[in-house]
Amino acid sequence: MLKIENLHVSVGDKPILKGLNLEINAGEVHAIMGPNGAGKSTLSHVLSGKPGYNITEGKVTYMGEDLLDMDPEIRSREGVFLAFQYPVEIPGVSNIYLLKAALNSIRKHNGLEEVDAMDFLTLVKDKIKLLEMDEKFLYRAVNEGFSGGEKKRNEILQAAILEPKLCILDETDSGLDIDALKVVAEGVNSLRAAERSFLMITHYQRLLDYIKPDIVHVLADGQIVKSGGPELALELEAKGYQWVEGQAA
Amino acid sequence: MTAQQVSQYTSEYDKHISALPGQSLDWLKSLRLEAFESFSSTGFPSLREEEWRYTNVSGIEKKLFSPQSNIEAGTVDDAWLANYRLDDCLTVVLVNGQYSAQLSNLDGLSDQVSVLSMAEALEQQPETVKKYLAQAVSNEEHSFVAFNSAWFSDGLFVHIPAKVVLEKPVQLLHLTTQAECLSATRNLLIVDELAEAKVIETFVGVDEAYLSAAVTEVFVAQNAALTLFKVQAEGDKAYHFGGTYVKQERDSRFNHHNFAFGSLLARNDIHTDLDIASECDLNGLYLGIKRQHIDNHTRINHLKPHAISRELYKGVLNQRARGVFQGRVFVAEDAQKTDSEMNNRNLLLSNDAEVDTKPQLEIYADDVKCAHGVTVGQLDEKSIFYLQSRCVDEETARNMLTFAFANEMVDKVQLASLRELLLGQLLKRFPQSGVDKAWL
Repeated sequence: MLKIENLHVSVGDKPILKGLNLEINAGEVHAIMGPNGAGKSTLSHVLSGKPGYNITEGKVTYMGEDLLDMDPEIRSREGVFLAFQYPVEIPGVSNIYLLKAALNSIRKHNGLEEVDAMDFLTLVKDKIKLLEMDEKFLYRAVNEGFSGGEKKRNEILQAAILEPKLCILDETDSGLDIDALKVVAEGVNSLRAAERSFLMITHYQRLLDYIKPDIVHVLADGQIVKSGGPELALELEAKGYQWVEGQAA
Repeated sequence: MTAQQVSQYTSEYDKHISALPGQSLDWLKSLRLEAFESFSSTGFPSLREEEWRYTNVSGIEKKLFSPQSNIEAGTVDDAWLANYRLDDCLTVVLVNGQYSAQLSNLDGLSDQVSVLSMAEALEQQPETVKKYLAQAVSNEEHSFVAFNSAWFSDGLFVHIPAKVVLEKPVQLLHLTTQAECLSATRNLLIVDELAEAKVIETFVGVDEAYLSAAVTEVFVAQNAALTLFKVQAEGDKAYHFGGTYVKQERDSRFNHHNFAFGSLLARNDIHTDLDIASECDLNGLYLGIKRQHIDNHTRINHLKPHAISRELYKGVLNQRARGVFQGRVFVAEDAQKTDSEMNNRNLLLSNDAEVDTKPQLEIYADDVKCAHGVTVGQLDEKSIFYLQSRCVDEETARNMLTFAFANEMVDKVQLASLRELLLGQLLKRFPQSGVDKAWL
């Protein structure tokens, strides 16, 4: 589904990713862990098309197409979903409006008609229960005045409605207390499907107790320095990031 | 302004004065003459005056605008007028500054309440008019006020007696149908003790150069409430000078919603004087495109203790448009426990758009809570990317964010038919691709 080959990315003159390789097959859940400054968020931003990054080398293939060649909205319509580390507040645009605009953009992209208003409402109400959110959130401005936990839940709600093929979770667990984390993790787990892949970026092993990854990668100094099964995360936690940073050097 | 330009208006004034309403009233005659002299001695304001330093009115001096006295109702396009008529309102229509009974609609008006044209009020209730006219603003305020006092040909007169709550809002529909026309109108809105009313002033006109000069004086008595809306959607070559001057007695409430959309050059002054524990809420939205110049000056005078004022003005400026905002809050020595908040937020959509914003606090009391803030910025790139990551293309994202910014002010309007009108105006002036009106 996703193949990243020898990806080099810099911000200004500063290299951040230095030859990153990663392959994710349909239905797999990958976790990327790493110390602060390793390039974790850069990776998620580059995959979703955020401006401001220079891609100096390498390529990214998504569903057989050149991902880096697509505009951000095309990527999202093609099924790449980024759950933001810091979801943006959009005053004046209601959640329900954004959800509808987004869903209809995908449908149009796929040659389908706009979603029926009643079907849409049923769908949204169904998913909102899953995330244990109040319906009144739908009519509030996107993320405005939401607590940290509410924002993260809202990201997963969007994913649940848009049904992406590749779901990138950028530090979705950061700043969540354990109860909020459980709800978010449950939402994510309910999205797991044979044709849907996940790339979870996290600083903390705790998330992986609730969302079981198939493969864990360690990102240090702009490269994947180690990959393994879920046990790698535990080993990392026990030994600390110095362990892998030492290997990268 | 040159002597020649003043003398042009003098000879014009001599021609028209006998046709202006209230000529049989000596007090009004002398008020008009004094006003005209005051105007003649200063001319139109110049950039040298502090209150006018960002707004150059020399464009109007190059032309001579004069009243058009022969209006036939048949010359007004009903379909066009229908675009601006609000449902469920009493409507007073002024065409080129003159009342049109035929186009107005006062069906269902209760006997207790006076909703008249100013010319009618001067005939039927001259004492009431005398008691209030030129009491909320003096001719010295600025020369457009003097100009208006001298020239006004008609207007709206509303008097709500004590304890009456006016069920239907009153809409003033002020339209100008001819080039070079001077539409000078004077409105009096009087809301007695414990009474409540809603009034909507709507200014529209043809896409020709004309001068629309309207002064509204407002008196809100003890514990009374007035919500006043102003929709300035003049033709795109028009000059608009508007003033709203408010006297609020103790415990009164005044809510103002000021939408400045049209005209080539618009200047609007809003002043309110607050007595003990009265409240005012000033909301404004100005949209400028092309080469429009839109100037809003507000002044809130906290004269007595415990009054509350809230003010939010938002501006969206595109292309080469220019906005001016000056918000002044004055707190007298006696006005302890004043609670005041003023905000001005501007969105510039092009490199050539400009805004000059100047909030001013002048505080002489020592136990007050006063805050003010100003922002001038562009659309937030992070928000645009967030929307793109949610499948929305960049252009639509920009349109959505622009609408969302402006729509906050429209959303505050509690009248559905007026909201609809405002959204139509908004969509007309800004790119709307991808923006679903149903959502707005």
